[in-house]
Amino acid sequence: MVDMSVKIGSVTLQNPIMPASGCFSTDLAQVIDLNRLGALVAKTVSREFRAGNPPPRVSEVEGGMINSIGLPTKGIEYFLSHQVPDYKRFSPPLVGSISATTIEDFEAMARDVSTSAIDVLEVNISCPTRDPKGGNFALHEEHTFNVMRRIRQTTDKPIWCKLSPNAGDVVAIAKSAELAGADALVVSNTILGLKIDINTFRPAIGNKFGGLSGPGIKPIIVRMVYQCAKAVKIPIIGCGGIVKLEDVIEYMLAGASAVMIGYLIFRNPSGIIAIIDGLQEWCAKRGFARVADLTGAMIDEAPRETYAAAAAPIG
Amino acid sequence: MAHRPFASAPYVVGKGAPALAPTHIPAEESLCPVVSHDWINSEYKHLVVDASPKALAVKPGQFFNLLCPSPDAAELWLRRPQSVYRIDRENRRIEFLYKCVGRGTFGLATLEPGDELNMVGPLGVGFAIDRRWKHIVVLGRGVGLATLAPISQLAGECGIGVTAILSARSAEFVMADDLFGKVGDVIAVLDSDATSAVEHVEAILKRLIAQRQADAFYTCGSNRLLQLMKRLGKAHGIPGQVAMEQVMACGLGPCYVCVRTFEVDGKKELRRVCIDGPVFDLQEAVGW
Repeated sequence: MVDMSVKIGSVTLQNPIMPASGCFSTDLAQVIDLNRLGALVAKTVSREFRAGNPPPRVSEVEGGMINSIGLPTKGIEYFLSHQVPDYKRFSPPLVGSISATTIEDFEAMARDVSTSAIDVLEVNISCPTRDPKGGNFALHEEHTFNVMRRIRQTTDKPIWCKLSPNAGDVVAIAKSAELAGADALVVSNTILGLKIDINTFRPAIGNKFGGLSGPGIKPIIVRMVYQCAKAVKIPIIGCGGIVKLEDVIEYMLAGASAVMIGYLIFRNPSGIIAIIDGLQEWCAKRGFARVADLTGAMIDEAPRETYAAAAAPIG
Repeated sequence: MAHRPFASAPYVVGKGAPALAPTHIPAEESLCPVVSHDWINSEYKHLVVDASPKALAVKPGQFFNLLCPSPDAAELWLRRPQSVYRIDRENRRIEFLYKCVGRGTFGLATLEPGDELNMVGPLGVGFAIDRRWKHIVVLGRGVGLATLAPISQLAGECGIGVTAILSARSAEFVMADDLFGKVGDVIAVLDSDATSAVEHVEAILKRLIAQRQADAFYTCGSNRLLQLMKRLGKAHGIPGQVAMEQVMACGLGPCYVCVRTFEVDGKKELRRVCIDGPVFDLQEAVGW
């Protein structure tokens, strides 16, 4: 029997498979059993009501999709009074996600949300579509440190910091978040992109820029997970383009302790459950007693000498 | 483990029972064999699939989110929502009638009998009908006709009469004729002979109201016709429903992609077509 549980700091998950924030709600109970998931991850909430960005909010691109939803939310009061109790009908730990435009509001949000039954606080400092120009805290070391520090001083809940792949030096941002006291890193949010409709000559989505997600971005994010895992001691949650079992294993080998799945929920909603079952079978077949043993297990040797490698037998 | 208590893979129609899918989960991803797939005219195809038990519980106005094959060398990365055209519970089949307009529907059009179609559903809120009504009016245009068609099934089951006003560019595109004709009157209004003009349709609706044959309004497929029905519905106190469309991603609720504007007591709000609809109150819809 494979031990499928993983520890993210003080939090134990029954398995390493979680939905990604923004791609999940209890509405998914229409098609899957939510109690099978490693954790439930709520959509990001802000203090006040936000209508979100103008439609169209999504467009297909090769390798996935580009979206600009704009963090619509009914606000923190509704989240605490209605959504948290709704999530708590299910057994996996609840990860609440917050966003704000100032450090002061982030701090206040963290304080207020921490009074609820959430088990983990995800700090979304990296949404690329909230600001029309794609700016956010996670693009800067100093901003990341300052906001995470204030939140660390505000709450005893475990805090996960969601990073941005749009930062110039993601590793430096990861170190800032760790130094500030983050319990784990989510690597990462979507990649800022632009798609133009060649019939209308206009941007394909209503907010012009959007976040790219789906299997097309996976190698980029796997690389970032690997780099961050080498640089920090806190656990890393891989997030980007997972559509099959093999992708989860790859993320874990790169250094992720757990993963989050977004796009696949849109394409094959039953796939997230199939991946949990498949991961257990794969571990059993390969002789891994604990799925956690996959984390960081990539064989990491220096590249071979070119002529020797090119002369080596293939396969 | 003797069995898996939860469905973890698509239900494959024709390949036995699913792995004890819990009954409290109303929808599912299923692989449905194509029974037939024919062109109805130069733009529309009629698709019939064998459906799973959960899929067969679909109600008129609900939809499925379809994973369409690619029409070209690239891939399709998002599903396409498609309302049901007809529910054939006797033969355990579901039918779609769709217009080929983009990569999704052109991809869907490549399916041949025997191929499998991956469907997620049934999803959303369907049409409501009040059994006390005697006669209802259905007004649709273009692709909206297919969405409205199952109302005739529902009305027929409830013993309610239907007048269907079907608006199209030309006679070739009035397709739901057979289906509506079984339970009521069909009035085709066309661009080709100018009968589809709003004033003409308004005169027909007013006549039906005067004849007490308009206990409720249903519409889909045209903003002009939505506004017309809204205006007459309000003036005469006739309840109504509208089926909406919007670009969609998950089809299940969480992603908030498919929002449309609604208005209640002068206050505008966004609602999701996939889970708050696709059928909404006629008076609350702002634009189709």
